[in-house]
Amino acid sequence: MSPLTKSKKVKVDVNVKSNISAPKTNEIVYDTEDLNLWYDKTHALKDINLSIYEKEVTAIIGPSGCGKSTYIKTLNRMVELVPTVRTTGKITYKGKNILDKSFKVEDLRTHVGMVFQKPNPFPKSIYENVAYGPKIHGIRNKKVLDEIVEKSLRGASIWDEVKDRLNENAYGLSGGQQQRLCIARCLAIEPNVILMDEPTSALDPKSTLRIEELVGELKKEYSIIIVTHNMQQAARISDKTAFFLNGEVVEYDDTNNIFTNPADRRTEDYISGRFG
Amino acid sequence: MAASSDLNKKNAVNVREMIADKKRKRNFSNITEKMIPAILIIIASISLLTTVGIIYTLLAESIEFYKRVPIWEFFTGTVLRPLSQNPEFGILPLVAGTVISSVIAMIVAGPIGLMSAIYLSEYASDKVRRTIKPLLEILAGIPTIVYGFFAFTFVTPIIREIFPAVGATNILSPGIVMGVMIIPMIASLSEDAMNAVPNSMREGALALGATKLETTFRVVIPAALSGIISSFVLGISRAIGETMIVTIASGSSKNFTFDITQSMQTMTAYIVEVAGGDAPAGSTIYYSLYAVALTLFVFTLIMNLLARYISRKFREEY
Amino acid sequence: MKYLDEIQLQKRMSSRIIKNNILKQLFLAATLFGLIVLAILFIRIFTEGAAWINWDFLTGRLSTAPERAGIMGAILGTSWLMLIVIPVTLIVGVGTAIYLELYAKKGRFQSFIATNISNLAGVPSIVYGLLGLTIFVRAMSLGNVVLAGGLTLSLLVLPIVIVSAQEAIRAVPQHLSEASYGMGATKWQTVKNIILPASLPGILTGSILALSRAIGETAPLTVLGIPALLIPFPEGLFDTFTALPMQIYYWTLDSSLVEEYAYLAAATIIVLLVLLFLLNSIAIYIRNKYQQRY
Repeated sequence: MSPLTKSKKVKVDVNVKSNISAPKTNEIVYDTEDLNLWYDKTHALKDINLSIYEKEVTAIIGPSGCGKSTYIKTLNRMVELVPTVRTTGKITYKGKNILDKSFKVEDLRTHVGMVFQKPNPFPKSIYENVAYGPKIHGIRNKKVLDEIVEKSLRGASIWDEVKDRLNENAYGLSGGQQQRLCIARCLAIEPNVILMDEPTSALDPKSTLRIEELVGELKKEYSIIIVTHNMQQAARISDKTAFFLNGEVVEYDDTNNIFTNPADRRTEDYISGRFG
Repeated sequence: MAASSDLNKKNAVNVREMIADKKRKRNFSNITEKMIPAILIIIASISLLTTVGIIYTLLAESIEFYKRVPIWEFFTGTVLRPLSQNPEFGILPLVAGTVISSVIAMIVAGPIGLMSAIYLSEYASDKVRRTIKPLLEILAGIPTIVYGFFAFTFVTPIIREIFPAVGATNILSPGIVMGVMIIPMIASLSEDAMNAVPNSMREGALALGATKLETTFRVVIPAALSGIISSFVLGISRAIGETMIVTIASGSSKNFTFDITQSMQTMTAYIVEVAGGDAPAGSTIYYSLYAVALTLFVFTLIMNLLARYISRKFREEY
Repeated sequence: MKYLDEIQLQKRMSSRIIKNNILKQLFLAATLFGLIVLAILFIRIFTEGAAWINWDFLTGRLSTAPERAGIMGAILGTSWLMLIVIPVTLIVGVGTAIYLELYAKKGRFQSFIATNISNLAGVPSIVYGLLGLTIFVRAMSLGNVVLAGGLTLSLLVLPIVIVSAQEAIRAVPQHLSEASYGMGATKWQTVKNIILPASLPGILTGSILALSRAIGETAPLTVLGIPALLIPFPEGLFDTFTALPMQIYYWTLDSSLVEEYAYLAAATIIVLLVLLFLLNSIAIYIRNKYQQRY
């Protein structure tokens, strides 16, 4: 059995297997076991088994409606904002099952940051945007906050562009800057994992490139899971790639293998642009 | 980069630690989180309590009234003499006043409101619409007491100039002014209904060579009819509940008549007169306030429910 | 063979077009009718009342003698009423709106409250007056004081505040609250720090419009038993009071006895209209200035 897919069920696709050699030295941060998810009656995720490793970039690709966004939103339980949602199975984060009702979502989301599809800064100043997370978690000391804001903005490589206008409204920034600000906002609470839900889909090519470079930097300290529509992007920035189709994981492997030597026919069809 | 930020981390604050530390210390936010929904439910129930309060007070005091004046007598009686030695409480004079003033108001507001809506929705340019609509909103925002003043000191004298037989207080003048007050409401609700008709339907008719007028009457108005009718019903409800204009300009004659040139009292005006006249609590006349108010409440409630029913039930699916 | 006779068609066409044009003018005239009445009303009131407005009138006490009458008491009364209506409607109105939009489960109870609110909006104001008379003035034995009047008016305009606050909250885009939840914020933290600040301009605009409705209301106050000639100024929540619309009402009623009362009423109307104009300008200013584009 491959180290990546921990399929116990027979039902699981025979293709969900990989010939990746030695397991990475990195530790597992997220372990998904037999995850099923329904929106009302729609079966959106089917028997997902995935292990995600620390300090790597894991890309999730697949056509629209394949469940990739739903999956990433399950990892910080944002999916629960839809009231009719129902799940079975297990997702362990650092050894604890986050789908357990006793697990506090606020705790989880403090450790797992999220960057959204559309840049969504708050209608506040740049400073207040970054300080928001630390503040709601009780950090009030102005000096400490100043330090966190600077460090986070530097971390998202936007400091030099905004250091002279920290008190201006975040809506004055360009789309790409707004997205980097959102990344900074996320860094401010020093999460372990950053979830990115198609973070560049609303941006122009130049801003996209900057975000991609930033992701490369960030993975030195954070585990990053990125949903993307753009296969080239997955190929460029990720270490591992999971291909989702109709709510199932078709293939999960090192990015190199996926793009050069896919095991499944459907993966090949998708990455060669035959559908999706 | 990695090296420098590692360095940063050593001398700088450790956010993760701090957050964990704060979390241990702060239990109270948990309590707030649990209290808030309870507090909000209490606040939201105030609107329910208001309804309960209205219905309870009206019903309780009305029942007291019906113990003294049989309900049948009240609703069929044409004589209203609350203050005489042997008082009589027939509500029909008040119903007549209310109905007649509302009819007059609707004769004014219905056609003019609808024609304004047609003009604004079908004929006016964007610029004209943007100028006229706020002005109509001003008309809708003027306090009714001001309309009352206007009816009494301006409209009535003009009517009497032309028809000297008209009384100094009469139902005609407040009826007309009430109509003016209701015009913006009917105009804007009907216009909304007509605006909701998709342009493709208009284009279909215009492309066959129909004029704008024909398109309006054959296509737009039939499609928007439920909205237009419900705006009329709401207008009637508004007229029935209107108080100050009729109180000031129509006087307090309680004769059962249909002569619009003379003073007639509406249900609302009766309430103002009796409540303002220090009706001793516990007297029949005091309880009659609530019986009249309950009737008024039921009238307007039916109208409002009817308006909502019409606009829901007959809504066109475009 | 053609079904349409070209000549007949032409003949009918011109009459149809003429009809269209005539009616267009009629529709325009109908639209202007309301505006003309508005203009006459304003002109009439200003010509009658403007001359009576001076410092003594604005700051003086009531009097039966027209030339000595002042409306300071009514201005103070209306101010006191506003001082009650603003906090009460804001707290209750916004609280209810938050509950309905963000906390209540979509279901029977929620739609029951919503229906109830829209029905309350249609209840005639005079009925609210009776409610105030029964509950505040008599059952709670407050008497015809500022507090009773303010609470009555608050209940009256509450539906307006609730509905406009609901709309303002609904207009806050979901992705903002998602961002906040994504940082580990709790629901109340998100409501307090993100949703309320973003919807504040809309809430304020609606509240100010409701306030201007409240201070122009006369009918509920007439039922509470406001004295016609109240000389002392109200100094607290438990003082008897009069208000601008009440003063207009009494002077208009008595104008058939003393002609000058009509002018005093007109002058008071000007004061009331100026106050309403100021409130509405503030509302429009807030709406334009803080309208947030997300």
